[in-house]
Amino acid sequence: MANAIELIGITKRFPGVIANDNVNLAVERGEIHAVCGENGAGKSTLMKILYGMQPPDEGTIKVNDSEVKLSSPGDAIELGIGMVHQHFMLADNLTVMENVILGSEPMKRGIIDLDAARQHLVEVSEAYGLTVHPDDLVETLEVGERQRVEIIKVLYRGAEVLILDEPTAVLVPQEVEALFDNMRDLKAAGASIIFIDHKLDEVLEIADTITVIRQGRTVATVKPDDVTAHDLAELMVGSELPSPQAGESTVTDDVALRIDSLTVHDADERSVVDDVSFEVRRGEIVGIAGVEGNGQTELINAIIGTDSPRSGTISLFGADITHASVGKRREAGLAYVPQDRHQEGLLLDAPLWENTALGHHTRPPFTKGIWFDRVGARERTEQIRRDFDVRTPNVEVPAHALSGGNQQKLILGKEISSHPKLFVAAHPTRGIDVGAQAAVWQDIREARFDGLATLLISADLEELIGLSDTVLVMLRGKIVATLDPAEITPRDLGAYMTGVAVSEEAS
Amino acid sequence: MTAPSLRRIGLAVAAPALAAGVALIISSIVLIISGSNPIDAYSDMFNNAKKLETSVDILNRATPLYISGVAAAIGFRMNLFNIGVEGQYLLAAFFASVAGGAVDLPPVFHVALVLFVAMTVGAAWGGFAGVLKVTRGVNEVISTIMLNFIAVGGIIAWLIVVWQDDTGQVNSGTTPIPESGRMPNLNSWVEVFTREISKGRELTGVLLIAIAVGILYHLFINRSRIGYEFRASGYNPFASQAAGIDSKKMVLTAMLLSGAVAGLVGMVEVLSENFRFDQSFVKGMGFQGIAVALLGRNKPVGIALAALLFGFLNASAGALQVGGTASREIVVIMQATILLAAVIAYEVVNRLRQKDEARTAAALLAESAS
Repeated sequence: MANAIELIGITKRFPGVIANDNVNLAVERGEIHAVCGENGAGKSTLMKILYGMQPPDEGTIKVNDSEVKLSSPGDAIELGIGMVHQHFMLADNLTVMENVILGSEPMKRGIIDLDAARQHLVEVSEAYGLTVHPDDLVETLEVGERQRVEIIKVLYRGAEVLILDEPTAVLVPQEVEALFDNMRDLKAAGASIIFIDHKLDEVLEIADTITVIRQGRTVATVKPDDVTAHDLAELMVGSELPSPQAGESTVTDDVALRIDSLTVHDADERSVVDDVSFEVRRGEIVGIAGVEGNGQTELINAIIGTDSPRSGTISLFGADITHASVGKRREAGLAYVPQDRHQEGLLLDAPLWENTALGHHTRPPFTKGIWFDRVGARERTEQIRRDFDVRTPNVEVPAHALSGGNQQKLILGKEISSHPKLFVAAHPTRGIDVGAQAAVWQDIREARFDGLATLLISADLEELIGLSDTVLVMLRGKIVATLDPAEITPRDLGAYMTGVAVSEEAS
Repeated sequence: MTAPSLRRIGLAVAAPALAAGVALIISSIVLIISGSNPIDAYSDMFNNAKKLETSVDILNRATPLYISGVAAAIGFRMNLFNIGVEGQYLLAAFFASVAGGAVDLPPVFHVALVLFVAMTVGAAWGGFAGVLKVTRGVNEVISTIMLNFIAVGGIIAWLIVVWQDDTGQVNSGTTPIPESGRMPNLNSWVEVFTREISKGRELTGVLLIAIAVGILYHLFINRSRIGYEFRASGYNPFASQAAGIDSKKMVLTAMLLSGAVAGLVGMVEVLSENFRFDQSFVKGMGFQGIAVALLGRNKPVGIALAALLFGFLNASAGALQVGGTASREIVVIMQATILLAAVIAYEVVNRLRQKDEARTAAALLAESAS
């Protein structure tokens, strides 16, 4: 069968990394081709090259067997290649149709031809079996529906090859199945799909062909029938697959964090955290599950002190910190791994040793009287580099030169090595490779063994179940279930998160 | 020394060299268009600069530019665009002159009082913009521009008439500061190494204050704990907030400090040259300071080099006029082209450096893989 897309010998270098090193990828017409690999393996870069967002340093791109040069996404769209980004690019205050036609509006005498647009939109959505209502406001849509709008947007522009960048990352299990049905319909209608994923069971379920990338190189192209999830994982990591098993319980009776009837309002005075109470003990990991946007972020902000609650109390080892400043909480032993490390966790243009000090700069080894201790900061950073396996040429490089996984290891290292009493970890393994993920899990587990109280917020259900001693489910700002991770599956958890199942304790 | 580190130094020197080259070419074109011979003009400028008196002149002109550059840089390091150095220094110089002219104190105390008043007024005027920003979210660019107008067109224009010295001069101004409140010149220090400075030129003692400001700026920004919080806030305000750094406090501190330093900009005029604030008091130093800070990349030594360059160009304007080789306005064109060329050159060199880093890292990875 003819190849819809062929990438030959693609090489792309960035400051500090080789993202792609002689990568080869061939996608046949009408197939679903999965690209798997650890984060940082170079999948996203490869897709950006294919979509014309970045030029390769070396290598050739063939579309329908003829060589092409892509200098912008416009070129790619022209050739029938469309991309659905991991983070949706939709205007919330516009309707589905307005979003779809945005940028390629059909015009008639200088006015947008809405009738033609609607007709084309309906044709596209029927041809590929994607149901949406053109006049719905995007802000009223669920995540899965938004994704469908993104896919239609791409098809509307005549795409025959779809690139889906980690499409399942934002979906709960039920929505994933709906997405896979859509993908099968698309394939039946003749489209080729390249999708990026690192959830192996999903890949095995939906893909016709799987290409595995490791450290910027293609290591194998296999058929799903010939491999097991375990084989794939080994190909991805190059060694054995890690799993987030917490091991023996180390939970004590010593309450570290107590949240009591906490309510947080947003700017519109809605309760985004609604009468939430729970405790985290020394040596315990409490996991919080929930579809994003159900109050987890606001809960974290209230605990770390960047947001102030409307009512209720937060206490750390018996001391009321409800209204203490972030700095005071930090000094009282609060450590925090933010959900967005670029936005909240790092000084990207500053050297690593200045990053290590962030949040701990009021205490030794980072401070000497009124002076900043540059020697102490460098020594501590060297130590973190060794202990947490942060891969960097030296500690003078700016933080942006590190890969995501190494940035995360640095953040985790600086927080854990500050000997905290309470550890708030928000999505600690989001967007990092399997190797770094295993290291992060190991570090969290060790800290728990040493008696650290940990609050873990994650969208990775396996991670939550594997690491936590207790899992709380948040839905619309409330804790709707308190579950024992030993007795639940990710599927069960998904049901609680979407409100399909109701906890006995909550009812 | 290894080849890569030589290359790094080369890149660091490349940017200003490139900028200077481009600026020279553009200025030459402008000179030719305006009917002057660029080579004559440049040689006039350099021959003039070789004179001892001109060197003193350059230092006198560079001193306020340096202080102004540091004042702007303090804001820049925190991503605050303090356009208000202009209004802060003029208002500070005005009140400092009034205070200095109103009292009679022993020499050192008298100068100290003038400096104290200048820094306090500058800090207050800068802090005003800071308070507006942290309590009301008013952008500092808008507020400082408006405060400039209020300071110059409002407060000074009004009070200079109310408080003017009643000597009946046409150029109304404040009461001159008596001898005890003046800064001694540094001529005797220079003359240890050179011949006598003639033509009544005096090297300003405020130069020492400028040097102290530079050293303190370096210690504060690069070595102190609060300086770290400062830079962290500038790099990433969100991360800093999550790390317990109070961004509002940082903004306020930055504006207060920037204003306090800005208050010293007018001191050459007040303590060494004019000894009073009158209608012809030197204006525009605040805006030139922004250019100097940009050119010097907000670094203590970089700002000094930029201030000397601008001081040299300002000092050359007169020589060109007198020599008749070109009009004095060419100097302003040169300053502008240097700045523009520098901004572009820094960006070009920055990209080259990133490519370099990528290559080095790639080589490192390849080495560790084999």
